[in-house]
Amino acid sequence: MQFFLEVLIGGLLSGIMYSLVALGFVLIYKASGVFNFAQGAMVYFAALTTVGLVDSGMSLWLAILLTMVAMVVLGLLTEKIVLRPLVAQHEITLFMATIGLTFFVEGLAQAIWGANVRALDLGIEDVPLEWLLESANIAVSQFDLIASGIAAALVILLAIFFSKTKIGRALRAVADDHQAALSIGIPLQHIWAIVWAVAGFVALVAGLLWGARNGVQFALTFVALKALPVLILGGFTSVPGAILGGLIIGASEKLAEVYIGPHVGGGIEGWFPYVLALLFLLVRPEGLFGEKIIRRI
Amino acid sequence: MLYREAGQFKATYVEDSEIFPIRQDKFGIALILAAAFVGIPLLSVAGILADYTFTAILTPFLIFALATLGLNILTGYAGQLSLGTAAFMAVGAFASYNFMLRIDGMPILGAFILGGLCAAAVGIVFGLPSLRIRGFYLAAATLATQFFIVWVLTKVGWFTNYNSSGVITAQKIEMFGYTFDTAFSKYLFVLSVVTVMALLAKNMVRTNVGRSWMAIRDMDMAAEVIGFRPMRTKLLAFAVSSFYCGVAGALFAYAYLGTVEPEGFSLDLSFRILFMVIIGGVGSILGSFFGAAFIVLVPIFLNTFTGFLENTVGIGLPSGISSSIELMVFGALIIFFLIVEPHGLARLWQIGKEKLRLWPFPH
Repeated sequence: MQFFLEVLIGGLLSGIMYSLVALGFVLIYKASGVFNFAQGAMVYFAALTTVGLVDSGMSLWLAILLTMVAMVVLGLLTEKIVLRPLVAQHEITLFMATIGLTFFVEGLAQAIWGANVRALDLGIEDVPLEWLLESANIAVSQFDLIASGIAAALVILLAIFFSKTKIGRALRAVADDHQAALSIGIPLQHIWAIVWAVAGFVALVAGLLWGARNGVQFALTFVALKALPVLILGGFTSVPGAILGGLIIGASEKLAEVYIGPHVGGGIEGWFPYVLALLFLLVRPEGLFGEKIIRRI
Repeated sequence: MLYREAGQFKATYVEDSEIFPIRQDKFGIALILAAAFVGIPLLSVAGILADYTFTAILTPFLIFALATLGLNILTGYAGQLSLGTAAFMAVGAFASYNFMLRIDGMPILGAFILGGLCAAAVGIVFGLPSLRIRGFYLAAATLATQFFIVWVLTKVGWFTNYNSSGVITAQKIEMFGYTFDTAFSKYLFVLSVVTVMALLAKNMVRTNVGRSWMAIRDMDMAAEVIGFRPMRTKLLAFAVSSFYCGVAGALFAYAYLGTVEPEGFSLDLSFRILFMVIIGGVGSILGSFFGAAFIVLVPIFLNTFTGFLENTVGIGLPSGISSSIELMVFGALIIFFLIVEPHGLARLWQIGKEKLRLWPFPH
């Protein structure tokens, strides 16, 4: 039982970090209908830039600040150079453009900072919490706990931003109907610029947390791919869906790896979330909280 | 002037339903085939073309073109976005390997066809979700195919014949007592297979099967209403597409890599083939060849270019950087193509034909 709890908690904590990556996807999809495949590359770019700056002798906070600026610039440029000329194209075309962007950003990151694996130290130690280990004999990593705390705080912050501020309301209006939003005077381009900047910020946080946990390496982009089943489970347009989906995926993949994995040769973590999401889709094609798909001719 | 179909009348139904109804097209295709089957071999015999041309350019180009054709049937004609192409190729390669290994006297073409059929069966299974979901949901779901199949091929020892290293040498390609073991003969073998399959595809997309795919692509609800059965149509698209990818995968392993290994069929390969479809032209048979040629040639040009820079100007790039730059150029090109010409190189060719029709009197 203790072991089960340990695995479950570990899974849930990493699940929150999946949600964090998934959140970046949801933000952009909600506001502009673009499925931004490059979110993973942005996570990688952010982590690599921070580490690169720290390694060249900068203090951590300054590096994070500079990376933040870089991410906002990257987001704005993407919006201006890639997406604006493609306005009103089919959404599959936009999706493919973001795949192109993925390659570009990954190449850019590696061209600037090199492809080596680097370690990122945020000053949080990855040790089991002592009081929990003593009282309940469950090992929960302190780092995971703090990381998911940060992730949760960010999620709450974004939720407030979306529901309470003027910009947030404008964002939701744009997400609902571009035309209607334009006609009541919401500047569409500003809104998209803001969304891309926010997505860049989310990518930075995700990149820092994942980078510190697993090392900053190319495999980070695969972590971002894991956000896809999270999105499928939760629905592409739902922030709560992204969070709950992340928790389900995180917990189930760890449990499956520990309890089913040994019987089939292990390593099932790589595909289990996808198959789970796939099976789920057969039952509920719009995800847990996605908008009900109504199709007309 | 040069490309004008005026005056070419069709008097019979047979003439009317030819694959290439325009005389210039027929002539062009015959010319290309003659160049590929006779011209290039002659150049090779004369010693002008080195083995490198075959192993690094022509053979991979043809194999990728076939895989692109497969994906184009699914994505371009039937409108189902897939990110699992490499997995279907892997199924084709491993199935062919096992048929060759376990059945004595299995003809290699038979093994390839059976391998393609296995890929088609797997394609049908993983195409089932497409009946319920579409668009991005489907794209994300096909990632399941990619990761799951590669995992199965790595973990289940039977597929790799319990080879500990996971890298198996592919059997020799033998037909009628002749062994295709030189780069040149492998090229001819691949060329023959690709030619036949490309012509079949070209024919297929204009039959009722192809039309039903396009109807589903353009609006599946409307297609359903006018009487196309979505299940049959979509699954058939998955099956045919996977068959093409499977055969391409078998060729990839046998004629190009020379080994059969799961790592050869990574997600990266899936993306690469998707790019070939986009750059070549979504929903175009000819475009598949353009796209494959483009993606195969770009890295070679880049390498030559950086090599040239190094030799003349003396600016050498570390190998790590040049591969990153290759990625950047790839990405930038894709974005560029989508913005400038969302219909790909095939569309440029179309525009060229329009111009030729009027040339040299544009009014």
